[in-house]
Amino acid sequence: MRTILRSLFTGVLSAVSLATVAVAQDAKGPLRIEITEGVIEPLPFAAPTFAPESAQAAEMAANITSVVVADLTGSGIFREIPPSAHISGITNFDSPIQFSDWKAVNAQALITGAVAVQGNGQISVKFRLFDVFAQSALGDGLQFQGTSNDWRRMAHKVADAVYSRLTGESGYFDSRVVFVSESGPKNARRKRLALMDYDGANYRNLTDDHALVLAPRFSNDGRQVLYTSYETGKPKVFVLDLATMRQHALDDLPGMTFSPRFSPDDRTILLSLSDGGNTDIYSVDVATGQRSRLTSAPSIETAPSYSPDGRQIVFESDRAGTQQLYIMAASGGEARRISFGAGRYGTPVWSPRGDLVAFTKINQGRFHVGVMRLDGSDERLLTASFLDEGPTWSPNGRVLMFFRQNAGSDGAPSLYSVDISGRNLRKVPTPEFGSDPSWSGLLK
Amino acid sequence: MNIRLAALIIMGVLSLSACSNRFDGMGAGANDPSKAGNYQPNTPEYFVASVGDRVLFAVDQSTLSSEAMSILDKQADWLAQNGEFSALIEGHADEQGTREYNLALGARRASAVQAYLVSRGVADNRLSTVTYGKERPIEICSTEECWSKNRRAVTVVQVGTTS
Repeated sequence: MRTILRSLFTGVLSAVSLATVAVAQDAKGPLRIEITEGVIEPLPFAAPTFAPESAQAAEMAANITSVVVADLTGSGIFREIPPSAHISGITNFDSPIQFSDWKAVNAQALITGAVAVQGNGQISVKFRLFDVFAQSALGDGLQFQGTSNDWRRMAHKVADAVYSRLTGESGYFDSRVVFVSESGPKNARRKRLALMDYDGANYRNLTDDHALVLAPRFSNDGRQVLYTSYETGKPKVFVLDLATMRQHALDDLPGMTFSPRFSPDDRTILLSLSDGGNTDIYSVDVATGQRSRLTSAPSIETAPSYSPDGRQIVFESDRAGTQQLYIMAASGGEARRISFGAGRYGTPVWSPRGDLVAFTKINQGRFHVGVMRLDGSDERLLTASFLDEGPTWSPNGRVLMFFRQNAGSDGAPSLYSVDISGRNLRKVPTPEFGSDPSWSGLLK
Repeated sequence: MNIRLAALIIMGVLSLSACSNRFDGMGAGANDPSKAGNYQPNTPEYFVASVGDRVLFAVDQSTLSSEAMSILDKQADWLAQNGEFSALIEGHADEQGTREYNLALGARRASAVQAYLVSRGVADNRLSTVTYGKERPIEICSTEECWSKNRRAVTVVQVGTTS
């Protein structure tokens, strides 16, 4: 989609681009919520229904406002002052703000907006953010333009801009998740790839369920998905192009391949190859198809994930007897173990900020999703259940999505998200069972 | 007399797998006692019911128990007598592990069976392996009773070659 970001045209505001948004968030306003690892008090905001600029924009304005509110409250760090408490609304986007009305209902931040529907299927969304107590605007007003089909994305972009200005960190709402959609009984589960917005909207299937598929992984440009398919009868890494929906096996070399992951520049793919019962990590040059072997121990080496700079790989291995986490150079060679707590550790994923590794931990029959620093220190378990598995990072490194399966004969997986503070555990809605999520970066 | 003997052996196998509600691969229907005695010895159904198509593993292990080896000895004998068959060995894991690790573990288990059968004289090119990790449980409860049956390697025989 081509969402156009451009300036509002009031006298105070000059031309706005993505770059100026970055400037605006650097210029610290008086209102700022610090995201810390302790308990935080959600910041109260008001978002009166965006003003429709014509009668036919009314429904769209209401829908966009509700998605902005759902994004912000869903993050767990903002709390909405509900419209029923509002003293006044915003009927005209350019009218002066009655700050006393918003102060009286204890809204610290105020989001105002307007929505216009044009005849050609285009809509435009404008918004401003205000610090109620300082009675001033926080950053410039912004306008997004796109097709009416992309109205949710425009709402997510508004919410991302608000999140960014109030936290000083980039948002994560304008993003998508590819995952395995599962149906059927536990001993005859059917699996297919599916794609949806981060909040579960705009769900669609990417494959049918005739062949078992596992562990999809987004490319960093968001255009391709790597996954494992049993199309040929054995597990093989496949590539799906989201624009053309064409899919093909990564190569036709012998051996079972699985657990793929793109490098940060999308030019190299890591995968696991099982040969003669031994599983090792290989890299594949996307342009030439050339395979390089990165590990050669007789133990299991799998689940590789690059550091954001592409120079290192975190992976799991049972070379010391049980499943543990290791870091090695991207070219392979010596690895250092980073997990030393009780139990087994798997599915490591390097955070987009580069400072943490998220993982699945199995200890005394319980599964956890957790994070640790690169040297294994500060291990924190964020969840606990019969089976929590497979974390994936939000674009800004603040939230993890994973899947949780309940025990027993009706056991089935669902997607969940949790803040890296361990707060705000939420079920992510999916039409069928869901597993193996992979979170995209922020959409372009 | 031969038919009676075969039927008795089948009954023994069935009692071991009485809790199983679904056989893998070619074995569907083999747990119906009324049909068990009718299988010809050179059929996949006979292989499942009378030879034993699967071996079980300890938690997070791929080493073959003596019990597993005796079943694999019988599989090797059957494959020696039925040269037109090849076998695909499926390695499986229980749900107490992560997906990717369990794929690797299933590959290890299938490979352990393959290596043993080769050591008992089965030609390498008649055997191939596949791992399903924890994706194909046959038992669905979440206790050791079910998990122990899901930690398995299943030898699926068919006429011709397996891919």
